[in-house]
Amino acid sequence: MIHQLVSVKQVPDTTNIRIDPETGSLIRQGVPAILNPYDAHAVAAAAEWKEKLGGKITVITMGPSAAEAALRECIEMGADRGILISDRKFAGSDTLATSYVLAEAIRAIHDEDPLDLVLFGKQAIDGDTAQVGPGAAVRLGWPLITYAFNIREINLDQRYTLVERRTELGIEVIRAPLPAVLTCEKEIAEIPYAPLPQLIASLQYEPELWSAEEPVAYDVTQIGLKGSPTWVAKTGTPEQHQPGETIDVDEVGVKQAVEDVMKKMLANNSVVSVLEG
Amino acid sequence: MTRRFWVFLEQTSGVLHPVAGELLGVACRLRSEIADELEESGDDAIVEGILVGHNVTDLAQQAMQFGADRVYVVDAPPFRHYLNRPYTEALVSLVKKYEPEVFLVGATTLGRDLAGAVATSLKTGLTADTTKLEMGIARKNPNKLLLATRPAFGGNVIATIVCDSRQPQMATVRPRVFDMPPCATKVSGEVIQETIEIPPEMMAVEVVEVIAEEGSKVDIEYADVIVSGGKGLGNPDGFQLIKELADELGGVVGASRAAVDGGWISYAHQVGQTGKTVRPKLYIAAGISGAIQHKVGMQDSDFILAINSDPSAPIFEVATVGIVGDLYEVIPAMIESLRERKGARA
Repeated sequence: MIHQLVSVKQVPDTTNIRIDPETGSLIRQGVPAILNPYDAHAVAAAAEWKEKLGGKITVITMGPSAAEAALRECIEMGADRGILISDRKFAGSDTLATSYVLAEAIRAIHDEDPLDLVLFGKQAIDGDTAQVGPGAAVRLGWPLITYAFNIREINLDQRYTLVERRTELGIEVIRAPLPAVLTCEKEIAEIPYAPLPQLIASLQYEPELWSAEEPVAYDVTQIGLKGSPTWVAKTGTPEQHQPGETIDVDEVGVKQAVEDVMKKMLANNSVVSVLEG
Repeated sequence: MTRRFWVFLEQTSGVLHPVAGELLGVACRLRSEIADELEESGDDAIVEGILVGHNVTDLAQQAMQFGADRVYVVDAPPFRHYLNRPYTEALVSLVKKYEPEVFLVGATTLGRDLAGAVATSLKTGLTADTTKLEMGIARKNPNKLLLATRPAFGGNVIATIVCDSRQPQMATVRPRVFDMPPCATKVSGEVIQETIEIPPEMMAVEVVEVIAEEGSKVDIEYADVIVSGGKGLGNPDGFQLIKELADELGGVVGASRAAVDGGWISYAHQVGQTGKTVRPKLYIAAGISGAIQHKVGMQDSDFILAINSDPSAPIFEVATVGIVGDLYEVIPAMIESLRERKGARA
């Protein structure tokens, strides 16, 4: 029997975010909040191993009450217990403070019901920092395997896991003692189709609510704005580029369009240096 | 007082990653940006490299050619292969000993794995994937701070992040975001050997095997020519045509997130916020609409040619030249034109 924990985040679907061309500000209205895609695959991986070894999956998330929806989605995929860590005192937490909140929650869960594996998505698509998983692993003092894309083996008797991760040099096969912390690529597992009873159960599921005091009494100097050494000094929209010339094939024909483009390319020193080199 | 600007000198198998050189260039510039403060206070500032590995001490020389005044070297068998725990231990020990003000790490697979662990151990701030770094005044702080700018929300927002209460101020930077500084032929500098004890329990994780992977070696970050394809190819086979044009130009194949998510091509080819940042001399985007998250990864290319049948595609906003038309007509015509040109030259 294996006890796995997956830490997930609800994020705005960044593929649907648009900038208001008039004001230059972010249009968040109507942008759906989704379960961070990498986290969804991590939950799917946990579900596969629960299927193989038996056991249970605990899912945690830190966020506003609306993040319950993300937990329900995890229940639908096969998680057994969902915990929403939510408190206004957490507002403004950066990656350092967030890793503290999550690591303390994971430790509390582990003390009560020992964990074998902790999974994170490799990064959240809103912040793209990839820092919270490694941060939590360090705080827990557990082995960290980032960019995992395949769990080859989990051996509960000998207390180790064999995990494949992708690096610039190729695939590394890592052996780590349990409990270990993984941050997962999407290839870690396919998102399953939920069987109907699971789907119904998820709709009725009420996640547990954890605050900044209960059941973990957080150190207020380590959470929220106070516990966050980084802060945002300025935000803006990306620089607008001066668009170049476009040539329409319908107007000039393919041959002429390509000829014109080749001429422009050959008038550029950079391009010439690679084409003549 | 000595104000220290640190760069992690990433190496694998005794080869220095180019991002180490790029970051030394950045560190030297950052130091020059506090010249006024140094003059006033009488402090000095120094650019230092941190080199960890086994049989790697020779690389310190290269770091000095790129501007390091001093290199601290941790050279011992436990550091032969990168492992998070021992490397974190080494960096954390050195930071505690020397107290650098700024610490820059490459945003590579290794660097991201390491920087998050180091920053958390030190309880300091870390800004990931920065695209602009400068020393400047923020929030009434008497001294200049590292102003670290990065894209967020898939590149839709640019945020400047500051860490004023803790040190070092840490940031990761992707390869290719900054220029490689000129490489000096004669250098002077100091190499300091450091010994870090690694207790056996920190070696509990082991690399059992490394499998070279087909396609993982596509080095799009440092390619001079990239031809990228997106969903506009219509199907995965479209990448054969992309490859043909890339081969003709002596370049490599890139891809949009949509094409990678669709399973048309491997992640190693992905350009953009969730892929690689590239800056080739020639970038050709074919059938790529140009979502902001793609543009932030390629907009600094020297020459951008966009080919798309939709004249309103955002990719044209960053293109040097755009062709509105069917890529299946345009690319074969380009290949033909390039071949004719080659024939004429031969």
